[in-house]
Amino acid sequence: MAATDVDVFSNEEKRNLSLGGHVGFDSLPEQLVSKSVTQGFCFNILCVGETGIGKSTLMNTLFNTMFENEEASHYQNGVYLRPRTYDLQESNVRLKLTIVDTVGFGDQINKEDSYKPIVDYIDTQFENYLQEELKIKRSLFNYHDTRIHICLYFIAPTGHSLKSLDLVTMKKLDSKVNIIPIIAKADTISKSELHKFKIKIMSELVSNGVQIYQFPTDDETVSEINASMNAHLPFAVVGSVEEVKVGNKAVRARQYPWGVVQVENESHCDFVKLREMLIRVNMEDLREQTHARHYELYRRCKLEEMGFKDTDPDSEPFSLQETYEAKRKEFLGDLQRKEEEMRQMFVNKVKETEAELKDKERELHEKFEQLKRMHQEEKKKVEDKRGYLEEEMNAFNKRKAAAETLSLSQPVKKDKDKKKHKVQLDC
Amino acid sequence: PNQTGRNRSHTVGKLTEKQYVGFATLPNQVHRKSVKKGFDFTLMVAGESGMGKSTLVNSLFLTDLYKDRKLLNAEERINQTVEIIKHTVDIEEKGVKLKLTIVDTPGFGDAVNNNECWKPITDYIDQQFEQYFRDESGLNRKNIQDNRVHCCLYFIPPFGHGLRPVDVEFMKALHEKVNIIPLIAKADCLTPNEIKKLKDRIREEIDKFGIKVYQFPECDSDEDEEFKQLDKELKECTPFAVIGSNTVVEARGQRVRGRLYPWGIVEVENQSHCDFVKLRNMLIRSHMHDLKDVTCDVHYENYRAQCIQEMTSKLAQDNRMESPIPILPLSTPDVDTEKLIKMKDEELKRMQEMLNKMQQQMHDKEQ
Repeated sequence: MAATDVDVFSNEEKRNLSLGGHVGFDSLPEQLVSKSVTQGFCFNILCVGETGIGKSTLMNTLFNTMFENEEASHYQNGVYLRPRTYDLQESNVRLKLTIVDTVGFGDQINKEDSYKPIVDYIDTQFENYLQEELKIKRSLFNYHDTRIHICLYFIAPTGHSLKSLDLVTMKKLDSKVNIIPIIAKADTISKSELHKFKIKIMSELVSNGVQIYQFPTDDETVSEINASMNAHLPFAVVGSVEEVKVGNKAVRARQYPWGVVQVENESHCDFVKLREMLIRVNMEDLREQTHARHYELYRRCKLEEMGFKDTDPDSEPFSLQETYEAKRKEFLGDLQRKEEEMRQMFVNKVKETEAELKDKERELHEKFEQLKRMHQEEKKKVEDKRGYLEEEMNAFNKRKAAAETLSLSQPVKKDKDKKKHKVQLDC
Repeated sequence: PNQTGRNRSHTVGKLTEKQYVGFATLPNQVHRKSVKKGFDFTLMVAGESGMGKSTLVNSLFLTDLYKDRKLLNAEERINQTVEIIKHTVDIEEKGVKLKLTIVDTPGFGDAVNNNECWKPITDYIDQQFEQYFRDESGLNRKNIQDNRVHCCLYFIPPFGHGLRPVDVEFMKALHEKVNIIPLIAKADCLTPNEIKKLKDRIREEIDKFGIKVYQFPECDSDEDEEFKQLDKELKECTPFAVIGSNTVVEARGQRVRGRLYPWGIVEVENQSHCDFVKLRNMLIRSHMHDLKDVTCDVHYENYRAQCIQEMTSKLAQDNRMESPIPILPLSTPDVDTEKLIKMKDEELKRMQEMLNKMQQQMHDKEQ
């Protein structure tokens, strides 16, 4: 039912008014905040990296918890994704955190298809959200959003450059998810090597057109810190859940014979920077970017595939209703056509089978007739023979009788006659 | 009294000064000649890019073999094939000359699809065997060059939980062609506990997959206890967890090869930091010659025997009588076996005859 056009009188100029007193709508941000706090937040992290590179340990270190994790084996047949959801709470803020692990990544000898399960997983989460959005009765406020907000890509600390697998994978992911590359197990690289390594990695990413997540610099309150952090990418991190006594404090660290690497010491590694950026400053921006950029791109591509357009061939904007109707007609038409085809096929098949059956019947009939004829012929032959035999028998009997009577009536017949007779008999 | 025809060695007591013959100088003569001749050694290093292979080689031989080398970008490595690059240097120490050849295998394991990436390496090793085989069988054997690979250091990444499929496949493809010494690379990324766990894991997996790595020879029973103890420690320490360095740093008042971190200094030659010293001692100071011997006596001989077998089977097929390489005909069985064979033949003949007789009898009976 299209809305009837209403005459709208609008004043095109916008005017700034000054207020006579305190109205109170400056509490709007707080209202928004308190609503979102009651709703709870949800955040989804995807960790991509080879087996044993430290993904689980880093998650434990970031969130200061021991998420359950069994050591993965190197001998998986392929890559598969393992999502785990946890409910965390800090002061009065509840966070539904989902950590998705890539199990088996980098272990196969042929890694050409390694990126596919990851891309498929991300797309599936987008698809689920899209389906929910397109429903008639939908409950988006209640929906558990499983779309990936951030992908942490773990780079092995070789000190030279990215691995070929890293480059290929990040290229496939950069248009679908926010990527933050991090250098894992960074306590094996010295300061000077690290500087060269970071520069090499960033230049390789740039020269291959890989788009990684940039911390936003449009909001003045955080633009400074974000800009400076952008220059430190990729972050070189060290993770640890064990505590070592340093001075008179127990800090999270790794103890070596030559010294202690402290996780939260900024001159040892960039862990603090990562935590700051990822959790304390930009978490909300990451969620926003995922929804406004990556998800919208997915949605647009998907809908275009399905045949939806924003403007028709005459460049008039389509209404969704018209598009739906057109699509529906098309779809029903398709269905009908298919039905017809199937029916036709069925009819054809039946005809064929019938024809076959008829042929077979005819064959059988012919055979029967033939057999009957043969049978009759045989019968006739047999009868003929019988008749013939009977005749012979009769003839023989007659002759026998004749011979007997002859021998009785003329017992002394001359031998001549007998002989003659014999000869006659013998003929 | 000496009885002819009997092989019995007479134990003579230790020769006294008056009876000094002089063959006790043989070791010295060997030493002198070998110094004059010089030695050669071919070492192969294999492992993914960035494992510290070049740095370790530089640290082992205290020289810089890799000035101005060019490393490939990630993009160039996507479809990279494995190359074989040889560096040969002549080094001298206290009058002893060593011709050292390092065989590098850049590109191994770096591409996205690494199916059979070890093939160029096995081909190279086989080529060297083949070349030596030809030279050895040739008429003029004065100046044979031994380019066979005596040892392969395989670098296992310390970032994982043990051996990966590509590690297993590589070692299985090479373990019967060359002495493999697996190493845990970049060991300064692991705490002592983690190193122990990883070593145990790797040893377990090497057993499980049936990989034959280089075994240190058993030490003689008449060696002293200290040596035996060292030998035992050495064997329990494998695979060695190594660290290399191209730079010299100042540590504890001395200038040593090491790596400088904000949290401390890793010294390459400090035995409590890594097993570099053990590797160096084993590879260069004590077992270099044994590695060569095993290569000649085991791996090369295996290759040679296989080659000859293939050749003779081919010759039999082609019905050719001469072979391009002088080889002895298959050894004649000894007398006992011949007798046995004869006996068995006769038995067979007898049984055959009996069978024939029985058949004949049956046939006759029927008729």
